[in-house]
Amino acid sequence: MSSRTLPLLFINLGGEMLYILDQRLRAQNIPADKAKKVMNDIITTMFNKKFLEELFKPQELYSKKALRTVFDRLAHASIMRLNQASMDKLYDLMTMAFKYQVLLCPRPKDILLVSFNHMDAIKDFVKDTPSILSQVDETYQQLVEMYTPLPSGEFQLIRQTLLIFFQDMHIRVSIFLKDKVQSSNGRFVLPTCGPVPHGTQVPGLIRIFSCNGEELTRLQFNNGGNYTAALREGSFEIFGDRVTKLGTNMYSVSRPVETHMSGTSKNSTQHTKVNTAPNPLAKEELNLLARLMGGLEVQKPGNADSGFRVNLFATDEEEEEALISRPDELSYGVINIQATKDQQTNAELAKIMGEFSESGDQSPSASSKGDDLLAMMDGL
Amino acid sequence: MYHKEKSIQIKNSASALYNNLCVLRIAPRRLTYFTVVHANVVNMVSASWDGLNYSHRQLQSKEPNVATSTSLIMQAAFCVLTSRDLLVVTSQKGIQMYESDGSIMVYWHALETPETPTEQAVFARGISGVWENYICVGVSSGAMLVFDIPSKGSNITLSEVLHEHSESITDMASECSGSQECIANLVTADDVGNLCVWKSGEEFQLLNKIPGFDMSCSSVKLWKGTVVAGYGTGQIRLYEAVTGILHAEVNAHARWIYSLDIAPFSGLLLSAAEDSLVRVWHLTMTPETNSVEIAHLHNECVTDTQICGAKFCDGDGYAFAVTGYDLSEIIRYVQS
Repeated sequence: MSSRTLPLLFINLGGEMLYILDQRLRAQNIPADKAKKVMNDIITTMFNKKFLEELFKPQELYSKKALRTVFDRLAHASIMRLNQASMDKLYDLMTMAFKYQVLLCPRPKDILLVSFNHMDAIKDFVKDTPSILSQVDETYQQLVEMYTPLPSGEFQLIRQTLLIFFQDMHIRVSIFLKDKVQSSNGRFVLPTCGPVPHGTQVPGLIRIFSCNGEELTRLQFNNGGNYTAALREGSFEIFGDRVTKLGTNMYSVSRPVETHMSGTSKNSTQHTKVNTAPNPLAKEELNLLARLMGGLEVQKPGNADSGFRVNLFATDEEEEEALISRPDELSYGVINIQATKDQQTNAELAKIMGEFSESGDQSPSASSKGDDLLAMMDGL
Repeated sequence: MYHKEKSIQIKNSASALYNNLCVLRIAPRRLTYFTVVHANVVNMVSASWDGLNYSHRQLQSKEPNVATSTSLIMQAAFCVLTSRDLLVVTSQKGIQMYESDGSIMVYWHALETPETPTEQAVFARGISGVWENYICVGVSSGAMLVFDIPSKGSNITLSEVLHEHSESITDMASECSGSQECIANLVTADDVGNLCVWKSGEEFQLLNKIPGFDMSCSSVKLWKGTVVAGYGTGQIRLYEAVTGILHAEVNAHARWIYSLDIAPFSGLLLSAAEDSLVRVWHLTMTPETNSVEIAHLHNECVTDTQICGAKFCDGDGYAFAVTGYDLSEIIRYVQS
């Protein structure tokens, strides 16, 4: 629907990913220098100029599958490794957190404030590294230029597009359950109390006017809730108080990041089949993905000594158990493009996966290349 | 005033789209059709009045050009004309028209979509059947397409394209009182809250333009010459269509309004919003003093749900149905 949705989706999901990884790195007592390197590497990759150029182009949202692939790549942009189960869990948490933020935004334009909260936190992560800081600052500029002039109706369209992306996702997140913002059936609590959005009046007043504009009557009705007047508006500038807490870091070392897999949807058949149906458009999407990821410059993994694994679960056994017991309908079906025997396709694929750090022209739009990628997928 | 009845289960959950529920009562067959949009599919349920039989059907959005991306549906609505009823489905790619039971597609109109996506999204949204045999559909550019509908068959033609709105059309509605006395028989709304009032005919005539206040009007109705408009601020405003006189202003909801409906025989008004609330109001007209009043009657809270569709199931407002984002059911309420 809205062709301006992808940058917001990416930045907010990326922001949540960084909050979670930061918490896990500290919880697992990873040495400070290694932890910092991981955060810096991921943020550098996220804000890569060429990558962002592709991202900010007007385009339809990617499928869940395609976006998951981008985040897989991003999470592995440094010396940190994640097993499949941990990556699944990371992605679940990221998506449910952003879904929560989108739903709870009092008005659609507040999604921009949520994005700025994530950006503010990212800026704080790299405040000691000027080179990355300047990349982040440039992105702030782009966000302000692209989004602040948009009317409210356009933000609602962006919000509706995001809600279609998050449709039917009801994974229960421990921290949400504890805070009572999510109920045991996986749905978020929508309170009928609290401040109304900026620009809205507290419901309850009916005003009747005469033909020449004078107010004839005022009536009050029971609004069925417990609303208060709107708070002051958050800042839409590069610096400022965003007012809303949505999009700020809700994790800390003492708050574990668990998700519950069982009973996520009452009817597993309700899970949308939009992405799993045979899709003649997969080729086109793979081409878009290749173009996007072609811009994802990635550090070489480095030698085995500096690499380490992060676990999103409390123990290795739990992680293994999670992988085995994950319900089918929740598998992300990641596009896992692996090397093949064919030398030429091997080189092309490796290039697309960004293992070469050159930023040369990827030009993957020829249909034959799409066919190769598709064949690779089918073969897996 | 109302109590909850047994819900109707649907195959997919409702998407967060304005006016995402449409109801058509087929009295001779003692059936009611319901349509709910989910991404690129319209879920249609046919429910027998005795509550014993439910049959389901799904309509897909049409993708004439396979190489391009998924075509999401923006709205589905029944158009009741003098000679026939049609189901109209609007998407990012164009407009599909079906026989009212969804069995046959009788017409397809493709929107001009650019090769590479532009900043301005392209889609059709806003559907209304208009007296006598026209169907109007809005477009994201602000254009309105007027289709001439023959009494039967598929010889549907594009009669006019109207360019009064400069922002994306959100909703439109025709005069629903059944009265022939009303001069205006169509109102159209857009994303900055501008309302246009029309008289239908071979050439549609613009009778009035009511300016918005830079806030999207997401749902609009026209009854006995009165425009009822719901806005993103949660306000409902009542205007006299032809003159633009503001009759009433209600701080109705705490969040964006997604759906309005009127029961034409009783003057009951239904409003639903992202704030989880459905409210029932009563409109009274006093022609002698040219005044219109609105009174609040009832609230229903659909817990933890952002409502996206609410419609009366009959002309008196005896029953109404509600859909919500991520809900796979149509919730029904009946007068106690």
